[in-house]
Amino acid sequence: MKGYEYHKPQTVKEAIDLMEGLENAKYIAGGTDVMVLIRQKKLAPARLISLRNIGDLNYMETEGGLRIGSAVTYNTIAKNDFVQRRYSALADAVKKVGSLQIRNVATMGGNICNAAPSADTACPLLVLDASVIIAGKTGEREMSLDDFFLGPNKVALEKGEILKGFTMPAFGENTGSAYFKHTRRQAMDLPMLGVAARVTIDIGGSEVGCKDAFCTVDSISNILKRLEDENLVCEDVRIAMGVVAPRPIRARKAEEALKGKVISEKLFEEIGEIAASESQPRDSIRGEAWYRRDMVKVLTKRAILKAVDRVIRPDDTIWPDRLW
Amino acid sequence: MKKEITFTLNNEKVIVEVDPKWTLLYLLREVFEMTGTKEGCGYGECGACTVIIDGQAVNSCLYPVMEAEGRQIVTIEGLMTKEGDLDPLQKAFVDEGAVQCGFCIPGMIMSSKALLDEKEKPTEDEIKECIEGNLCRCTGYVKIVDAIKTVADRR
Ligand SMILES: Cc1cc2nc3c(=O)[nH]c(=O)nc-3n(C[C@H](O)[C@H](O)[C@H](O)COP(=O)(O)OP(=O)(O)OC[C@H]3O[C@@H](n4cnc5c(N)ncnc54)[C@H](O)[C@@H]3O)c2cc1C
Ligand code: FES
Ligand code: FES
Repeated sequence: MKGYEYHKPQTVKEAIDLMEGLENAKYIAGGTDVMVLIRQKKLAPARLISLRNIGDLNYMETEGGLRIGSAVTYNTIAKNDFVQRRYSALADAVKKVGSLQIRNVATMGGNICNAAPSADTACPLLVLDASVIIAGKTGEREMSLDDFFLGPNKVALEKGEILKGFTMPAFGENTGSAYFKHTRRQAMDLPMLGVAARVTIDIGGSEVGCKDAFCTVDSISNILKRLEDENLVCEDVRIAMGVVAPRPIRARKAEEALKGKVISEKLFEEIGEIAASESQPRDSIRGEAWYRRDMVKVLTKRAILKAVDRVIRPDDTIWPDRLW
Repeated sequence: MKKEITFTLNNEKVIVEVDPKWTLLYLLREVFEMTGTKEGCGYGECGACTVIIDGQAVNSCLYPVMEAEGRQIVTIEGLMTKEGDLDPLQKAFVDEGAVQCGFCIPGMIMSSKALLDEKEKPTEDEIKECIEGNLCRCTGYVKIVDAIKTVADRR
C-alpha cells in the first residue's frame, strides 16, 4: 500500500479549503466504507481529510422537525428517544446497520454520500422527506434527498463540497413510519431489499390513538378490521424501496393509489403489488430478481401496516417490537 | 512521513511515532507488540480486533491510527489488575467454559466490557446485541452469553 497523509481539520471551511488545494484527496468520516475500499485496493487516495473532529457536522436538533449533522454516528441516533417515536423508520434503520462496533463510528453522511443502492438509511430518509444541506466554497445550498441521488455511488456533490447534514419536517401524532430490511442473517448484512413507508392518517374527531380497546397485543390486522366503520383515510403517504434499482427510489404510483383512500389491509396488499411493479430488481448474489420483486409486495404491506400501527398504538414499550 | 501522536493506552499516557496509513490495530500489534487484539478479517466483519475507544467498542482494523490522538484506548491487555488478577469478565469466560480456540475471545470480552461499563444490568437482548459484531466459529455463542450474564447477575 502506497499510503496517505491524514488531515484533521476542525471546521467545515478548513476542510473545504484543504480539499481545494490538494490532489487525489478524499473525505473520510467513520471510515467504514473508505477504510475497506483502501484495504481492497479499490481506492488509493494520497490524502484523507477527516470530518470526524468537526463540531459543526455533529449536531442533532429536534425543535420544529429533525436536523442531524452528517457526522453523527448511528449509535447516537439510535439512542435518541425522539427519533424512535417520531421518526421511527429512521430508528428502525440505524439500529440495524452492521454491528454495534460499526454503529459506534459509522455515520449517516457516509452512508448517503457513498450512495450504495443498498444504503440502509436512504429509504427512511426518503419517506421522511429529508433534504440535504451542502456546504461548498461559496456557501451553503439545500436540495431534496431525492434529487441528491444520481445513481450507484453517485450523488450531487461538486468537487470539494461537504454534506453538512439532513433536515426533516415535523410530523404530527397521526403520522407513523417504519422500515423493513430483508437480510439473510440478522446482524452484519447488507439488505437484499429494504422498504420504508410513512403514513399520515386523518383521524378527524375520532380518538383512535391509544383507545383502551387497542391496549392489546392483538395483531394490527385485527385492529384494522375493528376500525373498518371509522373510515380512516390515508391523508399522505410515502413509500421508498432500496436495492431494486440503481439508486433508492420512491414508489410513486403506489403512493398515488393509497393517498386519499380509506385504509384497509386489502388495499395495502394492492399497494404492495403496485410497488412491486415499479421495482426493477436484478439478479445478484444476495437474491434473485423474481424473489426480490415478490418480497417488495410483502414488505411494502408490512411497512405500511407497521406505520399505521405506530399511529394507533404509539407506545412501542407497551406493544414491543417482537410482535413484528 | 512519520507523525508523533499522544494518547492513553490502558491507563498509561503513550507518545509514539506512527505512519498515517496504519490502522490502530497495526500500531497495537506491530509496534506495542500487544498481540491480544486479533486480526480476523481486516474488514470490520468479525470483531476479533475490537478495542474500547472513549468507552465504546470499535473495530481497530478500520480505525485510522491518526484518530487515536488524545483518546482513551483500552485493549484486552488493559483488563488485568496490577496484581495480575483477571477481570471478572475474563474469569467468567474461564469458569463458564466459554472459550474453545480462543481467537474471538479478546474481541468478545472487549465488546461485552463496553456494555457492562455502560449498563449495570443489561438485558439478554442487550448482551446479544453487544456481541452481534463478533464472530465465533467454535462455541455457538451460548456459553459466551452465559458468561456475560453471570457477571451482570452477580452485581
Ligand atoms: C462490517 C460492515 C457492515 C456494514 N453494514 C452495513 C449495513 O448493514 N447497512 C448499510 O447501509 N451499510 C453498511 N455498511 C457500510 C457503511 O458502514 C455505511 O455505509 C456507513 O454509513 C458509512 O459511513 P462512514 O461514516 O463510515 O463513511 P466513510 O467510509 O467515512 O465515507 C463514505 C463515503 O462518503 C464520503 N463522505 C462521508 N461523509 C461525507 C460528508 N459529510 N460530505 C461529503 N462526503 C462524505 C467519503 O468520502 C466516502 O466516499 C457496513 C460496513 C461494514 C464495514
Ligand atoms: S479484524 Fe477487524 S473486524 Fe475482523
Ligand atoms: S472460540 Fe474459537 S472462534 Fe470463538
